[in-house]
Amino acid sequence: MSTLQLKAVQKSFNKTTVIHGVDLEAAHGEFVVFVGPSGCGKSTLLRIIAGLETATDGQVMIDDANVVNVSAAHRGCAMVFQSYALYPHMSVYANMAFGLENLNVPAEQIKQKVTEAAALLRLDGLLERRPTQLSGGQRQRVAIGRAIVREPKIFLFDEPLSNLDAELRVSMRAELRDLHRRLGSTMIYVTHDQVEAMTLADKIVVLRAGKVEQIGTPQGLYDSPCNTFVAGFIGSPRMNFIGREVFGAQPIFIKALPSATEQIGIRPEHFHLAPVSAALTLPLTVTHAEYMGGTQLLRGTSTNGAQLEAVLPTATLVSVGQTINLTFEPDIVHTFDAAGKRCA
Amino acid sequence: MKPDALLSNPTSAPQRALVFVTRTRQGGNTGKLDWTDWASYAYLVVGLFMMFAPILWLLMSSLKTESAINQFPPTFFPYSQKMVTVAGHEKPLAMFLTRVDGVEKPLAQVSRLGIVATMVDPAKPTEEIKVNIRERKPINEMEFAFENFTDVFKKFDFFRYLFNSVFITVVATLLTLLVNSMAAFALSKYQFKGQKAVFGLILATLMIPPTIILVPVFLVINSVGLLNNLWGVILPAIATPTGVFLLRQYMLTIPDEILEAARMDNASEWRIYWKIILPLSAPALAVLAIFSVMWRWNDFLLPLIVLSKSEYFTLQLALNSFQGELNTQWHYLLAMTVITIIPITLVFGFLQKYITTGIASAGVK
Repeated sequence: MSTLQLKAVQKSFNKTTVIHGVDLEAAHGEFVVFVGPSGCGKSTLLRIIAGLETATDGQVMIDDANVVNVSAAHRGCAMVFQSYALYPHMSVYANMAFGLENLNVPAEQIKQKVTEAAALLRLDGLLERRPTQLSGGQRQRVAIGRAIVREPKIFLFDEPLSNLDAELRVSMRAELRDLHRRLGSTMIYVTHDQVEAMTLADKIVVLRAGKVEQIGTPQGLYDSPCNTFVAGFIGSPRMNFIGREVFGAQPIFIKALPSATEQIGIRPEHFHLAPVSAALTLPLTVTHAEYMGGTQLLRGTSTNGAQLEAVLPTATLVSVGQTINLTFEPDIVHTFDAAGKRCA
Repeated sequence: MKPDALLSNPTSAPQRALVFVTRTRQGGNTGKLDWTDWASYAYLVVGLFMMFAPILWLLMSSLKTESAINQFPPTFFPYSQKMVTVAGHEKPLAMFLTRVDGVEKPLAQVSRLGIVATMVDPAKPTEEIKVNIRERKPINEMEFAFENFTDVFKKFDFFRYLFNSVFITVVATLLTLLVNSMAAFALSKYQFKGQKAVFGLILATLMIPPTIILVPVFLVINSVGLLNNLWGVILPAIATPTGVFLLRQYMLTIPDEILEAARMDNASEWRIYWKIILPLSAPALAVLAIFSVMWRWNDFLLPLIVLSKSEYFTLQLALNSFQGELNTQWHYLLAMTVITIIPITLVFGFLQKYITTGIASAGVK
């Protein structure tokens, strides 16, 4: 069993508070992703869990024991850094064995564990190489291998895929997911990329400016974001926010909305080309059209100059300058009040 | 392949090197020299001469006999007067090309009184000839006095001096590397109050010339009882501001994430220093090692005041002892100087690439 609990964790650097009281729970075997724009404090939070930074206030509980005063080495966490932080002067084998050597594990056992981890990560033939002789993806796997051999209670990942190219990132994502399934251990993962968060997480924690905005499953966050920030952050391309001045022109539609609604949000992929008979429509004069094979991304202006994006199937190709009518199902509309909070 | 084609299509490494060395300002290897090429060559030749001439002269002089060294005007090559053994004379006699009755003959000088020299023909030892000393010229021949070198080993306790010098250089260099790298590690990788102030203080000591603190250093060494002890030379200069500065600047370039990864890997701070920081600082350590070897090997002032008994002399002190108040045995002094500069030349020769790469990467990167 390895669970993680954060209770009112705060962190300040010289009077600047960067983490404002974060509460969080991760069950055993859960894959938790911290996501948020850069500077939101997600990496700091991870470093607090790792023990590389000390929290100014609050508790970090691992397996129900407060570890605030326990050094990084003794918390039973293993971390994979953004820059991999491999020891450049050691071979792949020595890199993975270093942590075990420090724990005075017998050489026989070290060899066995490293070989196992190397087989798991397909590093078998590379054990004698130096990190500089490896590709980015291989280095990443060595960094993960270094974490695995120690059999930590909790794995911590600090933007591990951001130095890889797009293609490799996708395949490494699948490998990580697969690894999590096989090891079944608790993993905390920091990223600024919401696609990574959506694809990997059991539970996503959306952070903004040192505060938790929302915690939930990927589907939960996508289907019912608690405010405009989360709604805009999760999902790609971004959700369209439409003010009252635009949807107010649609009297039929406005009756169905909660009375406090100041903004509605519609995801670009929820628009359809309107048949002539449709009641709910928004006009769109297309200014940009991107053809992407199966879909096309359209950007343009609507009533009162509102900017909208729509993702449509390519069955009917739309070209720049054309004006089309968009329609949508009423029940996929997200409604937000004046403060940006979701209306019930 | 024609030479021109060879130059324009270099294939092997020496060929490429030749093309590189002979390329000119105008580009290519046309053979036409720009005035800047001439200036560069002139500058390089002058530089080569300035740097190398004294060493070459030293090498040549160390092979001269005692009398050849004292000859005026001095010669570059080790010439010495030809000596012959003549029957009836115990010591070898010096040969002169002597003009007798308008004919030049090689004669040996038996004795000389004022401006009149008594000469003898080695072939007819009984027949003495008196000539004016202006009528004769010494016969010189090239002679390498290798005995200068062998005598140094016989007449002086050379190996004791060598051992002292090597011991001081090696031990002091190792300790310098250890102490300075520990200080640099703390100053580059730990955040603590007064970190900048400590670093500033260390650098500030660069402004104090070592001669000024020589007397206090002597007093301290005396009061801890390290006079006439090799450790009295080793210990005072272990911590060098230059070394701390050099290593700190280099260690700043080692990413903190590697240290954090090591901390997550259960490494103690000592292990981080020993297994991570030291190996990664190897280029800077090499530079400091070279400096330290040079400083210690060539150090004269500190050993001079600390070591007064000849059994503790370093090579430099032994060299100095050849230079007496009344007479100086130049031939031995020069021979031993040559022997003394050999190790440092070797160190430089083998490690020079580390100096350049180390200095370059300690600054930028």
